[in-house]
Amino acid sequence: MDVVDRIKEQIENNPVLLYMKGTPDFPQCGFSGQVTQVLNACKAKYAYVNIFEDPEVREALKEYSQWPTYPQLYIKGELVGGCDIVMDLYNRGELQKMLSEADSIESES
Amino acid sequence: MTAEIIKTKLTETFEPLEIEVIDNSQAHAGHAGAQSGGGHFHVNITAAAFEGKSMVQRHQLIYKALGDLMKKEIHALGINANAPSETSTRK
Repeated sequence: MDVVDRIKEQIENNPVLLYMKGTPDFPQCGFSGQVTQVLNACKAKYAYVNIFEDPEVREALKEYSQWPTYPQLYIKGELVGGCDIVMDLYNRGELQKMLSEADSIESES
Repeated sequence: MTAEIIKTKLTETFEPLEIEVIDNSQAHAGHAGAQSGGGHFHVNITAAAFEGKSMVQRHQLIYKALGDLMKKEIHALGINANAPSETSTRK
């Protein structure tokens, strides 16, 4: 499958998807780490792609999204932004709303 | 110096009312991402071009203006992009 098709499939099939450096348990960049922290604080259900493990996606996504850095957070198929924007949305309570609309918050147990 | 180049490029593209480029590279020296040599910068910019644009669109405009700089010289760029009508409300 073509790399752009793979990206589209990833973004379409995951209501909340984070392209990041490293993994949520072992982020390899402070900005990626910060985004996983706020997603966790929101009790978000999310998928991630470690771009270090997929160099093809790492390069192609920058062109596809017109966004040259990582992390990149997608909600319901739309690029939400990188660390700055995600932090800003979180601080204003918007991120929680967007996650909730994407039905991607863990239910209280 | 990269901060000066960033400032020049953004000034040419956006003719901003206000622009400030801060070089934070020192604060990040030595961490994994900094080994590629790219710097960490923060931009505060106010320009008419951002009026009516979403945050993602504003960042995309800035990334586009910086072009190849984003590939190597810049590892991370914090952006605070305001439209002239918003400067009093958003900082």
